[in-house]
Order: sequence, then C-alpha cells, then structure tokens
Amino acid sequence: MGGFWTIVARDLLLARRQGAATLLVVVFFAMTVTLFPLGIGPERVVLARIASGVVWVAALLATLIALDRMFQADHEDGTLEQLLLAGPALELVVLAKALAHWLSSGLPLILAAPVMALSLHMDARGLLVLLAAMGLGTPILSLVGAIGAALTVGLRRGGVLITLLVLPLYLPVLIFGVGGTEAAILDTSIRPHLLLLGAGLLGAIALTPWAAAAALRLALE
Amino acid sequence: MTLAVEALACRRGERLVFEGLAFELPAGGALLLTGPNGSGKSTLLRCLATLLPVEAGQVRWAGVDIAADLDAYRRHLAYIGHLDAVKPLLTVRENLAFWARLAAAGDDAVEAALAALQIARLAEVPAARLSAGQRKRVALARPLLGNAALWLLDEPSVSLDADGTDRLAGLIEAHRAEGGMAIIATHLPLDLAAAETLRLGAA
Repeated sequence: MGGFWTIVARDLLLARRQGAATLLVVVFFAMTVTLFPLGIGPERVVLARIASGVVWVAALLATLIALDRMFQADHEDGTLEQLLLAGPALELVVLAKALAHWLSSGLPLILAAPVMALSLHMDARGLLVLLAAMGLGTPILSLVGAIGAALTVGLRRGGVLITLLVLPLYLPVLIFGVGGTEAAILDTSIRPHLLLLGAGLLGAIALTPWAAAAALRLALE
Repeated sequence: MTLAVEALACRRGERLVFEGLAFELPAGGALLLTGPNGSGKSTLLRCLATLLPVEAGQVRWAGVDIAADLDAYRRHLAYIGHLDAVKPLLTVRENLAFWARLAAAGDDAVEAALAALQIARLAEVPAARLSAGQRKRVALARPLLGNAALWLLDEPSVSLDADGTDRLAGLIEAHRAEGGMAIIATHLPLDLAAAETLRLGAA
C-alpha cells in the first residue's frame, strides 16, 4: 500500500505545482452555474426548482476537464511504463490516480457547491442532501472517468472522445444525485437515492480499476 | 542468477522484428547490443523488460520462464528507455525520491544516486530547467535506487558528455562487480571489461 500513497502524494504535488488545473475546474463550474440565472431570469421559485440539476450538470462537465490528463502525461514521458515495472499493481496505480483526480477536482467542486447552490436559492435542507450526494457521487465520476482516460491514453486528441465515452456512464450519478435533492424538497425519503449512490461508489471502487488497468496494459504494448 | 534467451521472436505491429534469437548472460555479465537503426535493439530491450509480449521462444530468469511469474521477474529489472520518466514540474531530488519510495529505498539512496551521477548540485532545480544530458543523468540515477539485478539500458550514453559516459561505464562496472548484469543498446563506444556483443539485423 506504500506505493499507493506515494503516487497519490506525487500527483497532488504535481497538481499543486500546476495550480491552474484545479482553479480552472472550479471557475468553469462557477461560470456554468452562473449562466442559468442569466439565461432563465432571476425568478426565485424557478431557480430553486432547477438548482440541484444545474449544480450537478455543471459538476459533471467540470470533472471532465482534467480527465484526459489523468494518465496521458505519465504515458507520454514514460512514467507509466516505469510504474508498470516498478510500481504497485496497475489496479492500485489507477485507484491512486483516480483518488488524486478526485482530491484535485471533485473535492474543490464540493467546497464550491454551497455558494453556487445558494446563489440559485436552494434551501438549507436541499443543500445538505446535495453535499452528501456529491460526496458519494463525485468519486464515482473520477473512477468511471479513469476508464475513459485509460482507453484514450494513446490518442493525441482524446479529450473529446473521453467526453463521448464517459458522459453516458455519468447519467446514473446525475439521476440519483438530483433525485436526492428533489426528494428533500418534496419531503419524501432521501435514503434510497443516497444508498444507491453509495452502492454505486462501492461498485466503482471494486470494478473500475480492473477495467482501466486492462486498458492501460493494452496501450503500453 | 542467469538470464537465458532461447529462440526469441518479437513482433512490433505487423512486422516480426527478429526471430530465433538466443544468448545467455551470467551474473556479472554485460551484453552490448549493436546494429543499424531499426534492427530491433529497442524492441529486444522492451521485450526483455516485459513491455512487449514475447511472440515465440522463451526468456528464463534463474532457470524459470519469466512468463510464469512476471511480477517476480520485474522486481529484478531496471529499464531505462528513450522516455526518461522525469517530471518537469518536480525538482531532481523530488523526482528521484518518488522512485526511491516506490522501491522502498531510503533517502540516503537518493543522496548516493545524486552523488554517483554528479547531479547533487542540481538537486533542488526543477527538472524543466535541465539540459538533455542532465535529464539523462537523472534517468540513469533511477536503477541505483532499487536493487535490480538486471539493467536494461537503451542508448544510455546519448546526450551524455565524456564525463557522463565515463561515470555510466563506472556505474555499470560497479554493478557487475556486485553480481549484477546489464544489457545495453548503444552506438557509442562504452568502456566495459569483457562485454559480449550481440549484433542485430545484419541482414
């Protein structure tokens, strides 16, 4: 497990040195959310109604920004093949890189979400559920995204392809994520939505590293 | 420990780069790969590094087919290819410390490697500011961090200066003296004692 944390720590250090990447994700998220009041109008009731959907869609798109670089930089400079030889099992490498991706783009989105949600007049209860759902849902985005990133690692312009590959797989997260907040607003049970997201997260942790590692092995040959 | 290669064939895409290759490398041995561009030196090294599949034939490490336990074999090898795996945003020391931690080697291993390649004064410099030769030295410091017995070096002396080439030869000799072995693809003369030479792709 030592190798796992070594890779997480290095990726976070690289992300911090780059700096701009995380900032870009958060700014993109904030700008996308801000477009909606401008486009739809400042009506309180309407905005509160669509708030959770808007925040989730913006978060979905924002996590895509840094996705194509998840393995590509390491592939281009030969780090990936060295990790295959000298690192922990490739599945652990994938898990480490997905965790680093989440810490540098999913987590900042969760931290920025309250401000954005409040600007759309979401109520406090809805906000709490939104944050809980994002806490469970955004790691799934990083993990599933890792498969897309691994499949397109050798491609020069993989970014667009990743979007097409990964967005359909993001739909369940969007549906149950928004469903939770809807349930909170309509005062029905939020439990099933959060439980499904939690189950999705466990499933993603267990399955996606294998798929992404298999794709990376193909790319390395 | 010996590396034995028997009737080895490797494919790159559609093309069979070489076939029927056989050699044996005893502990302390060194093998220089020569041959014209495209003759398969890099392919052979990547094949031995398990980065390319073996098309036909067998590679045996200490008498055991490496396909039986790839992970066990990989722990014994260090491969330095054309890609140097040096992160431009990290300093030289941070770059080496990362690989040292993965190899479960201590900080003193990093210091020793920095000294051996004479890059200690560059330790705090971001790798983005290094020259090609200096980056090569950082890459070549990597095998010193673990205790890999088999070094696979692809054109290690390219972009090194005379001092760097001498140091490289010295490091390989020291490694061999401890029972390690090295397979080196090279165009430039490398001063190694009693090294075998394998010439590829004469046809």
